Amino acid sequence: MMLERMRKGMLNMKLLLNGFAALGLGLLTAASASAAEYPIKKPVEQDWSFEGPFGTYDRGQLQRGFKVYREVCASCHSLNLVAFRTLEDLGYSEEQVRALASEYEVQDGPDEAGDMFMRPATPSDYFPAPFENPQQAAASNNGAYPPDLSLMAKARTAERGFPTFVFDIFTQYAEGGVDYVYNLLTGYEEDSQGHEIPEGTYYNPYFLKAASLAMAPPLSDGVVTYDDGAPETVDQYARDVSAFLMWTAEPHMEARKSTGFVVMVFLVLFGGLMYLTKRKIWAEAH
Amino acid sequence: MSSGHSTYTPKTGFGRWMDARMPLPRLIYDSFVAYPVPRNLNYAYTFGGILSLMLVAQILTGVVLAMHYAANTEIAFLSVEKIMRDVNSGWLLRYLHANGASMFFIAVYIHIFRGLYYGSYKAPRELLWILGCIIYLLMMATAFMGYVLPWGQMSFWGATVITGFFTAIPLVGSWIQELLLGGFAVGDPTLNRFFSLHYLLPFMIAGVVVLHVWALHVTGQTNPTGIEVKSKTDTVAFTPYATVKDAFAMVLFLILFAYFVFYIPNYLGHADNYIEADPLNTPAHIVPEWYFLPFYAILRAITFNIGPIDSKLGGVLAMFGAIAVLFVVPWLDTSKVRSAVYRPWYKLFFWVFVVNAIFLGWLGSRPAEGVYVALAQVSTLYYFAFFIVIMPVLGLIETPRRLPNSITEAVLEKKKGGKSTIAPAAAE
Repeated sequence: MMLERMRKGMLNMKLLLNGFAALGLGLLTAASASAAEYPIKKPVEQDWSFEGPFGTYDRGQLQRGFKVYREVCASCHSLNLVAFRTLEDLGYSEEQVRALASEYEVQDGPDEAGDMFMRPATPSDYFPAPFENPQQAAASNNGAYPPDLSLMAKARTAERGFPTFVFDIFTQYAEGGVDYVYNLLTGYEEDSQGHEIPEGTYYNPYFLKAASLAMAPPLSDGVVTYDDGAPETVDQYARDVSAFLMWTAEPHMEARKSTGFVVMVFLVLFGGLMYLTKRKIWAEAH
Repeated sequence: MSSGHSTYTPKTGFGRWMDARMPLPRLIYDSFVAYPVPRNLNYAYTFGGILSLMLVAQILTGVVLAMHYAANTEIAFLSVEKIMRDVNSGWLLRYLHANGASMFFIAVYIHIFRGLYYGSYKAPRELLWILGCIIYLLMMATAFMGYVLPWGQMSFWGATVITGFFTAIPLVGSWIQELLLGGFAVGDPTLNRFFSLHYLLPFMIAGVVVLHVWALHVTGQTNPTGIEVKSKTDTVAFTPYATVKDAFAMVLFLILFAYFVFYIPNYLGHADNYIEADPLNTPAHIVPEWYFLPFYAILRAITFNIGPIDSKLGGVLAMFGAIAVLFVVPWLDTSKVRSAVYRPWYKLFFWVFVVNAIFLGWLGSRPAEGVYVALAQVSTLYYFAFFIVIMPVLGLIETPRRLPNSITEAVLEKKKGGKSTIAPAAAE
């Protein structure tokens, strides 16, 4: 893995050096003329259980979203940064997590004979990628590498524009990424405006970089079976898997918000006392 | 650090013993207890204290983060995610540190604007001002290198673009760039030296802060009237008066800080930086952190050649010039009156300057095309005209309002004015 990455790095370096002289500062002015064109449609804001100062994850939703990931997304997309042990946050017991992990095979070794071998995963392992390396993933996906999903809900955002980006401070809007994922998954449609759609790509007006993307619509009604009675629709799948990806991207969000509340209460009280102290002290100065 | 003679008298035997050998308690007493400050300082004057707090906070969180971070392009991104996921309270440390940088800049910008408004740079405080400018420069270098460390897409491409500026300099440009990068492109040597320098520079900042405070305590603080302290009634003791006021302002500032850290920790960052650096994949839109945006706009505003200077070098010169001009502000301002309170025209131009600076920041976040370029050019023109034309000329032609004779008089006048406006309302 390490060697492979280094080799890739060397290759990158060579390519980079060639391109660099030409690139120079031209980069600045070239900073994408196409930036304003896409996405064709801005993501529609959704309601999420985890938004706002007291937001929490809905365990049932995360488990459903995890199921969608496992049964649909995982055939192409890796989840490199997520360890099985952290799935206990989704409401699974230790035994359930152990059983879940053991369904996966991970490479280990070398053993005493110096050979690498496969063994069932344990909770301390990370989700194995569905491919050996990014090149292989790209090769089997029409040349487009399916990105790792661990941080997806924080790694994408459509521009908010003025003055919305100012209001976002006060409304605590931090769901740009997850809204984007949801809208992308549910946004596939027939192109009615005659965009140029390259062969092997699919029109999606919410896609950030172009009018179409290499991923075929991944969800269809009934493709995943839910055992808690939630509707088995594309909309519900997209919603659940987006929430799950918010959790993979920000697993400590609940701790952050609950700590934040305590910190805020403390600071406001402390500030009030400081203000009274200040008033008393300064009253004597005038 | 205080001028004037010391009023410290050690109360204990140990205190006297210490005082005769190394009078550190005396220094602290003279600098932070007995030190006289003008009695009319408003909350704009609390940002020096807030900045000291932020420097300490950044160093503390930074030192702990460095224990978990790995400056290696193979694993830097993963090590940051490890901090976010597995290190105890790692998410808190990292969000504090990342947002702390932004808060540091918010505070320093208010601090600088306060200095420009009240004429804090004027004689005899030129050195104090210049030391402040040096701190600001060091902060920019520190923040830039710090942003490269998480090794996201914006880290990598930001570093590529910003170090690329140096190639515009004739003759030595490429050499400087290669020295900064440790090679021909941003890579492992770059990340390692940036990490090393990112750890070093904050301590250099701390050193210059000591000089900054020393210079401050020699000349004493300015105040909203701009009139020097004349008698004892003009001042109050630093402790408890300034201490408690600073502390209150710090708590308010911490509330703002905590709001970002706990509720919108990624608001001030870029989504692209959650994608690992990829030298083969240029982001659609390379944008620096918000606190560099006004200078980025100035850089890109120069789209034309001026004689032998091509637009590339012109942009770089304009950008560095925008910071360099701050250093000579004490000599550009020709006004006899220090504070904008008594300078109606300067006050107007000052606020236009503030709005213009924020506008430049917004332009810096736009793509450099179409109407944005023209707007950035007009804005850049005003930025420089404010310093190079308005400051010297206005000082000569403006008729200032009547100055009070002393700080005490100004305070009393304000109190009286305040009462008389309140009185009718109370009578109803």
